[in-house]
Amino acid sequence: MSPLFLFLAFVALLSALGVVFAKNPVHSVLFLILTFFALSGHYLLLNAQFLAAVNIIVYAGAIMVLFLFVIMFLNLNVDTEPHKPALAKIAAAVAGGSLLLIMVAAMKDVQPAGYDAATFNSQIGMVDKLGMVLYTQYLLPFELASVLFLVAMVGAVMLGKRELGERNF
Amino acid sequence: MIEIPTLGWQSIVIFVVFALSLLIATYCTYAERVIAAFLQDRVGPDRAGPYGLAQPLADAVKMFTKEEFFPGGANKALFIFGPCLAMITALMSSAVIPFGNNVSFGNNLFFLQGIEVNIGMLWIFGVVSLGVYGVMIGGWASNNKFSLLGAIRAASQNISYELAMGMSLIAVLMISGTLSLREITLQQSIAGEWHFWNIVKQPLGFIIFLVCAFAETNRTPFDLPECETELVGGYHTEYSSMKLGLYLFSEYVNIFVVSAVMSVLYFGGFNFPFQYELRDWLVSNHDWTLASAQNLITFLGTAGLFLKIFAFIFFFMWIRWTLPRFRYDQLMRLGWTMLIPLAVINILITGGLILFGVI
Repeated sequence: MSPLFLFLAFVALLSALGVVFAKNPVHSVLFLILTFFALSGHYLLLNAQFLAAVNIIVYAGAIMVLFLFVIMFLNLNVDTEPHKPALAKIAAAVAGGSLLLIMVAAMKDVQPAGYDAATFNSQIGMVDKLGMVLYTQYLLPFELASVLFLVAMVGAVMLGKRELGERNF
Repeated sequence: MIEIPTLGWQSIVIFVVFALSLLIATYCTYAERVIAAFLQDRVGPDRAGPYGLAQPLADAVKMFTKEEFFPGGANKALFIFGPCLAMITALMSSAVIPFGNNVSFGNNLFFLQGIEVNIGMLWIFGVVSLGVYGVMIGGWASNNKFSLLGAIRAASQNISYELAMGMSLIAVLMISGTLSLREITLQQSIAGEWHFWNIVKQPLGFIIFLVCAFAETNRTPFDLPECETELVGGYHTEYSSMKLGLYLFSEYVNIFVVSAVMSVLYFGGFNFPFQYELRDWLVSNHDWTLASAQNLITFLGTAGLFLKIFAFIFFFMWIRWTLPRFRYDQLMRLGWTMLIPLAVINILITGGLILFGVI
């Protein structure tokens, strides 16, 4: 494990914890953005430059801006946060704990696969290679995903559309 | 002779680019006033130094020595973090811009570029999309409704215009077939071939990109986030001292970077007309070595690139003192119902032209 990996993993875990523990929703969002940056660093270490850039553009650049936008509009803060009943807290702890248990049990015997340095293709993960794989080997799943996006987009437009006779402002 | 390692050379380039973008941004503040004065038939700054050239220094002294003010109820950490973030994101994107071709000393070949990555265009796009955080966080942390409105305007404006900008970039990508900015530049001028800059192939795409660049840098006529007739000062209403300075400064750094990107993508970058003919003429008629002739071409090309950048910066200022500001609904309508459909049409036309082998 390289020092860079350890550093990125440290940042990712710490900021992910920050998302959960921060009292202020805006701080949570900022920690989440930091988490995405750390994840993009991991993608770069895995030689997936395109994935790293797209992760930043889509998640950090677009989705989190919308998150921040909504939080600022609603003016969420500590005072307006609803307090959950004790039963919900216990249920959440049990569910999260069992998920952690399953993950640890599943992962504890995993051997890292590694790669053969002599036959490793350094171009793997580059944009053109990724495009070739997506448009030849995985064409059907790719097109199905794009249909899904189209449906979601049409649905969003329908929800946002003004009813007939409704005022502009 | 001192041996410069490759990474050392890159850090020198990065440092020079960093210093240059700050210097150019500094003198943009001066140029803005001089151009405003010229367009409005006034004298402009002429007191500090010869032709008022020390005016930016005087401004800097003023900014640094003013009182630092924190509004009541403001989130202090984020209030400081906002302008820092605005400045960081503005400076980050110049890392991948190729400011010149290669120069060679002896057997060493150096590239006048911070880092050459094969996702250069995506890097620019990613950093531009992060640029809005500085404005949003600063506006929110000020605990002022005018600041918040400015921040929200900035966010929705940036998201809207990012889409059209990305789609106009996709058309360039379809022609070039690469995301590396150096490759895109080199493709726009090939030795011994009749070759055009991308502006000839992408006139519509360039206009879309230009309009989006104005919106992304929050320049007039798209400077709604700091619209003083409606929002006092917009997102920087509560800012004073050098924190305000950083916000204003990052705008000029953004203008510099976006001008550089436009020059690289559409106006041939560091290429200039008849460069290969000049090189061959020097080699055959004046007994220059090929390497030294290439070095001269590189430095002339860098000077040419900066000339293009300055022309764009002038254009930004010219527009600012010519066009009035849009209304907010006009801005949104232009972005969503004009630019995005136009960008889609541009992609279709480009695809058709490539299919029929025209470009």
